[in-house]
Amino acid sequence: MRAVLLLALKSAWARRLTLGIALVAIALASALLLAVERVRSDARASFTQSVSGVDLVVGARSGAVQLMLYAVFHSGSATNNMRWESFEALATHPAVDWAVPLSLGDGHRGFPVLGTSAAYFDRLRYGDRQALTFSAGKPFAEVFEAVLGSEVAAQLGYRPGDHITLSHGMAELGPEHADKPFTVVGILAPTGTPVDRTVHVDLAAITAIHLDWAGGAPLPGLAIPAEQVRKFDLQPQEITAMLIGLKSRGDVFRLQRHINGYRGEPLLAVMPGVALDELWQTLATVEQTLFALSALVVAVGLAGLTATLLAGLNERRRELAILRALGAGPREIFMMLTVEGLLVTALGVFLGAALLAAGIVTLGPLLREYGVHLALRPPAANEWGLVVSILTTGLLASLVPGWRAWQISLADGLTPRN
Amino acid sequence: MTHSVDQAIRIKELTYRWPRQCADCLAISHFAVAHGERVFLHGPSGSGKSTLLALLGGVALPQTGRIELLGQPLTALSAHARDRFRADHVGFVFQQFNLLPWLSARDNVLLPCIFSTRRRERAGDPQQAAARLLTHLDLAPALWQKPAAELSVGQQQRVAAARALIGQPGILIADEPTSALDAPRQQAFIDLLLAETAAANAALLFVSHDVRLAAHFDRTVALAEVNCAATEAAT
Repeated sequence: MRAVLLLALKSAWARRLTLGIALVAIALASALLLAVERVRSDARASFTQSVSGVDLVVGARSGAVQLMLYAVFHSGSATNNMRWESFEALATHPAVDWAVPLSLGDGHRGFPVLGTSAAYFDRLRYGDRQALTFSAGKPFAEVFEAVLGSEVAAQLGYRPGDHITLSHGMAELGPEHADKPFTVVGILAPTGTPVDRTVHVDLAAITAIHLDWAGGAPLPGLAIPAEQVRKFDLQPQEITAMLIGLKSRGDVFRLQRHINGYRGEPLLAVMPGVALDELWQTLATVEQTLFALSALVVAVGLAGLTATLLAGLNERRRELAILRALGAGPREIFMMLTVEGLLVTALGVFLGAALLAAGIVTLGPLLREYGVHLALRPPAANEWGLVVSILTTGLLASLVPGWRAWQISLADGLTPRN
Repeated sequence: MTHSVDQAIRIKELTYRWPRQCADCLAISHFAVAHGERVFLHGPSGSGKSTLLALLGGVALPQTGRIELLGQPLTALSAHARDRFRADHVGFVFQQFNLLPWLSARDNVLLPCIFSTRRRERAGDPQQAAARLLTHLDLAPALWQKPAAELSVGQQQRVAAARALIGQPGILIADEPTSALDAPRQQAFIDLLLAETAAANAALLFVSHDVRLAAHFDRTVALAEVNCAATEAAT
């Protein structure tokens, strides 16, 4: 039996060019399917875990998705700010353990600038409750100090000690706060979350750079030098949003109700995990469509294999007749053909997985710029499931030429009819 | 049964009709080849030759009658057992394209040892047996490792003969093995085949439409005379 399989291998090797093309098609299709699966599971994980350890995200009343988009992903903009008094009132609420303010609106060369407090670095968690860590330097302590996300530092080549200026608004060529440069004091380790693409400064700095501004432009004739800003009250009037951690998680619904009915101004509190899941659900259709399409591509690849093997059979009628004369039964002929198809499928899937790994290594850094973080790792359970279903489909696809060869070998016997 | 043991091939009262045909293609009341006997079967195309080969190979079964090879009634065996029996006891040489083109000449000769344990054991050391046969059949060792597709037709037919002979099957069936060869090489190949089957003490059934080749055989039989069906369904 082993010798017959070896013979099947030699025969396949003799037709390596045509089989190779079918193999490449299957490899590309499998790589596509595995990549879509990898991207959707990893993207989902990195997306839904971009914030953890935060019980409530609070902002001016708008939609939950919109609030999450600007408060956590720093994309889009808040229609309204929340008042500083509201922040203070909520921060001192008896159920609240800690509160971190978030102020957005400025940018640095296309990256969002987040004004916050130094507590942000201690309190924010991501992924599986992992804390932020510094790959270099330390949190900001002075007004004009900045902490960069790993991506910002890597892309712009910044190191601690460098000076940067912020621009007003998110436009890359917006008006500059050129008179008040910041010193980079820390760089965060990569997290795979929006933190990587954010410039962090003290909340007071946001107030400071806008002291001599009004309505989005510098006030003419009024210029306050950087060294004098400390003479002013740097308490902001408004912030964009806040993060809240509770003493006891059991209080979360009670506090959420309290905030949503807050008397001072209309506010909205959302639980980040729930909101992120909801937000992901809106993308589910896209994700499922992509998956269905790539599954279809795999089906096309395997149909190509069936077609290749079937087309090859006509040229191999002599080969089958010779094998019959040597004593091969229809069963062995059937097996040789089926094994050949299954082998091509298996090699294709293996090659596809290798292609995916190579793609992650080469294209990973590029994808990271779009916020998709793919890690090089052995296939997860869901990917093994896909591999098994591709192999099963490949087996089914190989049964067709196997069955045809069975028929041919019965009809032809020892003398092939052409 | 005892009287049939000394017969390599024995056919009695056999009829065969291909599926979906109304007339018998083959009807043989009696035909036999003794052990070690070398018989020339004269069969022009349409005389039921390929049907007879299919029956002798055990890939088809007669509707009525008996067909015995080396004392074994083929009708008593399952399809799988007939495949085994063919692998163990019958060597075939066809008209041309006998070889798997992507295997070397030597590996082609060794093929029966893959499909038949009996022939592998009887060959002793299959590699040596193949080398001995190829040398006997006058194929230079330089050609042994070449893919069969690169050999000339004459060389291919000699490799095919070596393959049919390895592991000493009791019966050798040759179907127009010389038709692809030019005239001088035809007789040389037949002489080779006769000598080798004699040396292996195998029965040889040599089927051809060309009576001129019949000279050196023990006996010549015309299939048209044996096959009663042929007269009715002449082509």
